[in-house]
Amino acid sequence: MATATAEPRSVPATGDGHKHKKNALSDGQGRLAWILLAPTLIIIAVVAGIPVIMSIRESLFQTNTGVDPNTGLVAGGETFVGLQNFTSIFAGENPVQGNFGTMDRFWNAFLNTTFITIVCVILETLLGVAMALIMAKAFRGRGIVRAGILVPWAIPTIVSALMWKLIFDSSGVANRILGREILWLADTGASFWAIVIADTWKTAAFIGLLTLAGLQTIPAEVYEAAKVDGATTWQQFVRITLPMVKPTLVVAVLFRTLDTLRMFDLPYGMIGAGKYRVETLSVFVYQETTQSRYGPAAAYAIILFLYVLLVAFVFVRVLGADVIGDSGVPKKKKKKGDQEQAGPPGTALEMAGGAH
Amino acid sequence: MTFVRPARRVLIAAASLSALLVAAACGGGGGGGAAPEGGGQSPAAADFSKQGDIEFWTGKDTSGNLPKLIAKFNESHPNGKVTLHELPDEADQQRQQMIQNTQIKNPKMAVLNVDVVWTAEFAANGYVEALPPDQFPTDGMLKATIDSATYFNKLYAYPWRSNGGLLFYRKDLLDKYSLEVPTTFDEMKAACDKITAGENNPKLACFAGQYNKYEGLTAGGVIVGDDGKPNVATPEATKGLQTLTDWFKDGYIPKAAITWTEEEGRKAFQDGELVFHRNWPYVYAFAAKTDGSSKVNGKFDVAPLPGITQPGVSSLGGANLGIAKNAENKGTAVDFLKFMASEESEKSDTLATANAPSLEALYSDPDVLKKFPYTPTLLESIQTAKPRPKAVQYGDVTLAIQDAAYGALQGQTAPDAALQQLQTKLQTLIK
Repeated sequence: MATATAEPRSVPATGDGHKHKKNALSDGQGRLAWILLAPTLIIIAVVAGIPVIMSIRESLFQTNTGVDPNTGLVAGGETFVGLQNFTSIFAGENPVQGNFGTMDRFWNAFLNTTFITIVCVILETLLGVAMALIMAKAFRGRGIVRAGILVPWAIPTIVSALMWKLIFDSSGVANRILGREILWLADTGASFWAIVIADTWKTAAFIGLLTLAGLQTIPAEVYEAAKVDGATTWQQFVRITLPMVKPTLVVAVLFRTLDTLRMFDLPYGMIGAGKYRVETLSVFVYQETTQSRYGPAAAYAIILFLYVLLVAFVFVRVLGADVIGDSGVPKKKKKKGDQEQAGPPGTALEMAGGAH
Repeated sequence: MTFVRPARRVLIAAASLSALLVAAACGGGGGGGAAPEGGGQSPAAADFSKQGDIEFWTGKDTSGNLPKLIAKFNESHPNGKVTLHELPDEADQQRQQMIQNTQIKNPKMAVLNVDVVWTAEFAANGYVEALPPDQFPTDGMLKATIDSATYFNKLYAYPWRSNGGLLFYRKDLLDKYSLEVPTTFDEMKAACDKITAGENNPKLACFAGQYNKYEGLTAGGVIVGDDGKPNVATPEATKGLQTLTDWFKDGYIPKAAITWTEEEGRKAFQDGELVFHRNWPYVYAFAAKTDGSSKVNGKFDVAPLPGITQPGVSSLGGANLGIAKNAENKGTAVDFLKFMASEESEKSDTLATANAPSLEALYSDPDVLKKFPYTPTLLESIQTAKPRPKAVQYGDVTLAIQDAAYGALQGQTAPDAALQQLQTKLQTLIK
């Protein structure tokens, strides 16, 4: 899939720049492009393509686990089971008790993944935008604030998982501050929030950083003109900042969503395996492979893959359409803005009006 | 932010690549493990004669004694040297690396440190060779440890280290109120009532074991299977689980203990916050430290575990040495196993690591007794210990037990209902 999108984009690119018809390589331009792209394509095929195909194949098989009653030995090998690994998620053979009542372990993990993602991404976006606004302001000590906000992002997730494990320990800092004994790590409703807090703490900075980059592309004249027109700070934020930073923000939110859907290290490292209230799909898949059930594990991984793909598709279709529409316009306006001062604010406000 | 501009294509490409990587990352494990590796059907006799260099795969050696033992072996064994291959601390990761290296047929991986709970899985899947009885006599070894390395009447690993749970108790407090060491939970409760009433110390709790949701809960909580058949929905088991649940509710066990593994419990006992504590023998050395890290130094002793109505049983821990199926030089491996299980090596291992030896004679060895005065109690604990279920799908079994016990201890499910569910689950897992 990645290969398919990569080729057409690059091949015409070389074709466009080509003018000298009588070059010895002229007819071979396409071939040259292929040769130059080959290493990349081969690497993508090896590290992504082949494993994915193998996973798909694997998801149609099940390892034999039957035990010979006389010798106690396992027959071994694999049996083709068709789509049974996929259909079995509807059979409810493995009920567990989680945040959402008793249900199949797969659906419990699925709902956990979904809800953790929704809650985390919303909080991260709010905090991240706030951080970006602070970081964009010119004030004394801005460098320290910027660096400080980025520290959590720089810490490897598994390290922050262990750090938060200490904080959320029954006699840890969190309980000391709250003055109560909350069992954050004991597979309770609090465990869910422990994950949300730790993830938000770590990755709000990512959204902040990308949003900051977006903020810096907004020309100052726009704000100046708004002030002249008597716009309040809130109006400036809602009508200028948000619409103009939206293309960047959508991409940041998309990346965070895709990332959070795959969340593994935080629940696994902080709360532990087999705690159903925080078991995400990735953790569940990992647990299945450690039990040598590669077939079902591959099937669940593929479902997660399709889920992530669907979410990405929805983002690109619903919000991404705006990305193209918006991002094309301000680019032109920005250039024009140098010449005619009154241009940008008018269009920006128009756009905001149109979007709402 | 230039990458936003070419917009859609990049976004789709990035999104789908990102999604692809998920599947690749998750599927990678599946694909790698795809190679059918049964081997169970090939009873072809293994060649136990070839000499050559081998690797000993084991968890992290914190004592520093293992390299010394290996050096000693290599000195006396010129035609095949052993190299130490250290694995992560986590038992699950050790198990996984061993399985993966069996699947890729690593010829160097020869001697495996097999945890007792993996015996059935490793044997049934043919990850380790059955050991020829004529080469591996088990005289003088504890019956429980031999049993822990046996699967379908064949020895699959050579007994090496054993382990059993002990009850650590505050001798000073029991003496102060002239109480006997309890042998049942009821006696323990009565003792605690007296002590906590007299001490008036809100930090002092009665008892704790390991109740976090991990493999250790299998050891600490419920007793399973007598004749290999799952048998957990019994009145005794229900009463046992009910007692622990009640103790949690009534505060005899501190609430936080639901998040404890061995180390958290050890710290609480060392800080003088527990009157009674169930743990493994390694705690003894820590609690007896005189450098100020232990507040109970000189004030505690050990006893066999209490039971519900009669003296309790521990679950059996320990690790044995197996020979990997795809090892090239099994002759050297055989020699190394014999060397490691010799009285001399086991003694040095015991003295350095505080692990219980598999040889019965060492439990009355003067040096061992001098260093570890609790040894007779430990021997008693091991001799009466229950082996954990011998399940090929041990991972599923332990998770099922954890589910049931953890839910009940937190008061989310009633103990009898939890055990009923567990019984149903185990019947499909252990056949």
